[in-house]
Amino acid sequence: MKHKLTLQQYLILIAVMLTASVGDTLLSKGMDQVGAVDLHHLGLLWKALFNPYVDCGILLLIGFFASYMTALSWADLTFVMPATALGYVVVAFLARYWRHEQLSLYRWAGIVLIVCAVGFVAGGPSRTEIAEDGKPERHDLDRMDSGAGR
Amino acid sequence: MMMPHAGFARTWACIFAVAGMAIAGECMIAAAMRKLGDLDIIRAKSGMPGAIRAVLSSPLFLGGASCMALNFFAMLYTLSIVPLSLAAPATASLTYVGNAVAAKIFLRENVDQRRWLAVAFVCAGVFLLAK
Repeated sequence: MKHKLTLQQYLILIAVMLTASVGDTLLSKGMDQVGAVDLHHLGLLWKALFNPYVDCGILLLIGFFASYMTALSWADLTFVMPATALGYVVVAFLARYWRHEQLSLYRWAGIVLIVCAVGFVAGGPSRTEIAEDGKPERHDLDRMDSGAGR
Repeated sequence: MMMPHAGFARTWACIFAVAGMAIAGECMIAAAMRKLGDLDIIRAKSGMPGAIRAVLSSPLFLGGASCMALNFFAMLYTLSIVPLSLAAPATASLTYVGNAVAAKIFLRENVDQRRWLAVAFVCAGVFLLAK
């Protein structure tokens, strides 16, 4: 059993990845402009609502939640999770090329690992089918090595 | 600015609490969405208001959203006593591992070797990104 995703479903996964990372980056830039908020200066939170970066960040995070829930309606949680992790990679690239921060070798290594993780999961089925006995149907990879080392 | 500081037990209690709420929230939302079925089909049938109504009337979704809200405030508290460079990667990694375990047990997902490997790579990647 292999669930193939449609183009629209791939676009939803890309939306999950981009909206979360760009939204967080915009919120971070907006809050840099607003200043530090503490218990004695809660009024700054009201002021933050009129910052265009914060507004765009909030809109994108609402979009993230909508696309994340849509993805979970046709894919497994363990399939969608790495797509959200790819957002860390987008944030790192935004930090490097938009905010002109330096990326260390460690961070480039982290990016490579996360991209590999997404590659592993993207090659498998997106959804577990539950068999009539209430147990999940096994993937081909599990069938091939069942019993080995267990 | 004061540096956040807490003892070992309090630091890790906070980190585990944040991750635990995220895992509970994400699993409940995933279970709610699985129960509802493909949102694109619901939207095509009943329009956007119908899809929103279907989501908001799911008790599992409401429970999950409450857990995510609690997770947000717990994370704010944690960040006030634990350095960001520890709190962010530790909670993210624990959440990834916990979600995979919870998805296998509660959502009965087939978490095969490929997905376990992906979880391990994401955790290692997150730690390296935080360095």
